[in-house]
Amino acid sequence: MKNSILALLAAGLAAFAPLSVAAQDAAAPAVAEAVQVVGAQTAPGAEAGVGNLTPAEASAAPAGEGAYIPMAPTEGKGMPTSYEDDPLKSMTFQDQYTANGEYALGMHDYVLLPVITAISLLVLGLLLYVVMRFNRKANPVASKTTHNTAIEVIWTIVPVIILVIIAVPSITLLARQYETPPADAVTIKATGYQWYWGYTYPDHGDIEVISNMLDPAEAVKRGEPGQLAVDNRMVVPAGVPLRIQTTASDVIHAFAVPSLWFKMDAVPGRLNEKLLTIPEPGVYYGQCSELCGARHGFMPIAVEALPPAEFAAWVRAQGGSMPGEEAAAAAPAAPEAAPAAAN
Amino acid sequence: MATTAEGFDAHHDHGHDAHDHADHKPGFFARWFMSTNHKDIGTMYLIFAIIAGIVGGAISGIMRVELAEPGIQYLGWWAQLMGGASDVNTALHMWNVFITAHGLIMVFFMVMPAMIGGFGNWFVPLMIGAPDMAFPRMNNVSFWLTVAGFFSLLFSLFVPGGTGPGAGTGWTVYAPLSTSGSVGPAVDFAIFSLHLAGAGSILGATNFITTIFNMRAPGMTLHKMPLFVWSVLVTAFLLLLALPVLAAAITMLLTDRNFGTTFFNPAGGGDPVLYQHLFWFFGHPEVYIMILPGFGMISQIIATFSRKPVFGYLGMAYAMVAIGVVGFIVWAHHMYTVGLDVNTKMYFTAATMVIAVPTGVKIFSWIATMWGGSLSFKSPMVWSMGFIFLFTVGGVTGVVLANGGIDDNLHDTYYVVAHFHYVLSMGAVFSMFAGFYYWFPKMSGRMHSELLSHIHFWTFFVGVNVIFFPQHFLGMQGMPRRYPDYPEAYHFWHEISTYGYYIMAGSMVFFFVNILYALVAGKKAEANPWGEGATTLEWTLPSPPPYHQFETLPVITDSMDYHDHRPATA
Repeated sequence: MKNSILALLAAGLAAFAPLSVAAQDAAAPAVAEAVQVVGAQTAPGAEAGVGNLTPAEASAAPAGEGAYIPMAPTEGKGMPTSYEDDPLKSMTFQDQYTANGEYALGMHDYVLLPVITAISLLVLGLLLYVVMRFNRKANPVASKTTHNTAIEVIWTIVPVIILVIIAVPSITLLARQYETPPADAVTIKATGYQWYWGYTYPDHGDIEVISNMLDPAEAVKRGEPGQLAVDNRMVVPAGVPLRIQTTASDVIHAFAVPSLWFKMDAVPGRLNEKLLTIPEPGVYYGQCSELCGARHGFMPIAVEALPPAEFAAWVRAQGGSMPGEEAAAAAPAAPEAAPAAAN
Repeated sequence: MATTAEGFDAHHDHGHDAHDHADHKPGFFARWFMSTNHKDIGTMYLIFAIIAGIVGGAISGIMRVELAEPGIQYLGWWAQLMGGASDVNTALHMWNVFITAHGLIMVFFMVMPAMIGGFGNWFVPLMIGAPDMAFPRMNNVSFWLTVAGFFSLLFSLFVPGGTGPGAGTGWTVYAPLSTSGSVGPAVDFAIFSLHLAGAGSILGATNFITTIFNMRAPGMTLHKMPLFVWSVLVTAFLLLLALPVLAAAITMLLTDRNFGTTFFNPAGGGDPVLYQHLFWFFGHPEVYIMILPGFGMISQIIATFSRKPVFGYLGMAYAMVAIGVVGFIVWAHHMYTVGLDVNTKMYFTAATMVIAVPTGVKIFSWIATMWGGSLSFKSPMVWSMGFIFLFTVGGVTGVVLANGGIDDNLHDTYYVVAHFHYVLSMGAVFSMFAGFYYWFPKMSGRMHSELLSHIHFWTFFVGVNVIFFPQHFLGMQGMPRRYPDYPEAYHFWHEISTYGYYIMAGSMVFFFVNILYALVAGKKAEANPWGEGATTLEWTLPSPPPYHQFETLPVITDSMDYHDHRPATA
């Protein structure tokens, strides 16, 4: 446990390469260089480059066999779509993989978007009509009409009705998003640090996963989207209610995963909590969404949802234990988890 | 008292050369540095806003160029230029400095000075038939406080701000990034700049309120006041009520930073979210402060070029009052993801959507003003019509964002960036250009080129739409705000957005050429260049107006309505 955490920390902690003049020339190398990143202050002296350690090595190290291999992401699932891949998809929301996400997306696509498009086009149409019908040539003498109570009442009441129609699904959505997690929900606590994420699993022997951004070039080599991929993912069971808690140790961060319609600020001194259920296994990427300093743009989030059995295997590989089988792994894990908890 | 009354009440004598007296100007230094003349101060505000706008606009250019391609291209160069170290953290910090400076400059030193300081100072006294503002010297203090604030902000760019030079906290200055997260004096200077600009605005607001309540021409009741004056009145109240809250919040930031208090530090019993509540209690009225004077200008301009009184005058005036009032009770819609209680979030969702109603009343009333009118498409009119459409587009995305549940995905993404640039960079800025072209002949005495203003309009219209419309797509795809770099998937729309910036920047050339042309070779402007639709009092004066106007107060008779304030003889 301790070894694994230190190994992970070391893997993640490489000092920023100095920004050379070359970095200003080519885009791609610049990123590669720029983003060998990460929190030297947490473990000074740790020099290992991210690329030196494959995730298989990293996580399998303590467990030996039954190695967990990070799931390969599915193209277009849980990540943004480029214009080149699909122009239409690049212009709207990411596909949604939670019930609330689907509801919210449906509300946007079938209620909000039609309404706002219609209103914009109505105003544009009225403006164009006015331009053609009431220009000085077409209408040399202006009327002096300044009041029409009926129409004023109409354009006050109709928007009210439209807003009420919007409010119904909107309030419903809010109520659903605030459903309390059931007592047996799996608790995962995401802590924001400058500039990486830590995920702790209090129900599973207090495993702690430190999650740094992968060097984008390395990410692409592994078949993952650059700047979204991380060295150690937040692994969760699929189809099981999760109690996601967020907090932060230094400044405010925000834990956000667009394809799960999930965003919750990580505020120092607060513990925010929200229910999340991810029905399907998969990898879902997100990014920190509250300005948190220099490397705000370089602390992505990768959630890997696994079938519960594989999740249990992953937990054991991390030196943790499933609830109810504490005896097996908790004994060695408990003392070793202490330094991590102190974080 | 006697002397005051004598100077004020100058209509005792038409015999001697009144014009000479009215046009007597002090020497250069006294006129521009110790100014007490509302028109001179208004002019200085406008020039100041243009300069600040150039700085803020240039910064947005730096950002758009950086974002045209994935990767970090130029930030390191900029960081070193500003005296920072050559490491990547400093380069990335530079990005945060740019977003912060762009936001603060555009809000506090471009839009507010132009709208309220510039057009407000120039035209509120003229429109209500007053000789000047109520507190002319305080007016001067307001202006120079704003200038001092701007310099304090610029100074902050060159001193350490934590990871590098400059304040990289975002314009919202959220704690604890702005307290324990940013060592060095840069953030202190940025905060102090807000103190100065805020103090200037509070003084300005009291000045406007006093002027509008006490110095209206005889017979001009509140319900006969031009809508621009109404808009400035409501804005002044918003300033007066909102800015002290900002001042308190940022003072607490300063004491947290420097004197060991823990207002926003949980380790000492404080709460970072408290800062957000205080900031947005100011911040939301602030966005109406930025747009309401624009509403007022658009109302004047639409009526003028439709040759028709504003439709639903009282509805228009009280819609602004309603927007101002409701604007104070919706602040937490900027904080949907901080972990609000579900009932709180439902309340703020509902309250926020309510604002769409008075805003809709205004949009439809402008169209109804044009309906049946006799429209001429002079430069102020095309900018106003552009405003109506673009503000509508920005407004409806606001309705989307108002839904707390939808905002869970869109919060802090480019969708929000697109939304507030549609209402500000297009709403507020289009109304300012409309107002500028409307009143430029009055202020300068010279006519600008209609051709250049129309080219300016169309290129600017295309440019800003190309910049900001694709940002809706980026936001929905998940692109977060305030990122110097992004995954390859966002490349295409970012690149398009940057092309839009080039178009917009190019279009500004026409604006500046137009001003130069007008000042150097423009035709002399008549008292009323816009014809019979221009019926407010400023058009009864020569262009430019005499240094002191209305020494004989105009009288608004019972037979006049809110629309036409011209004396019967004219």
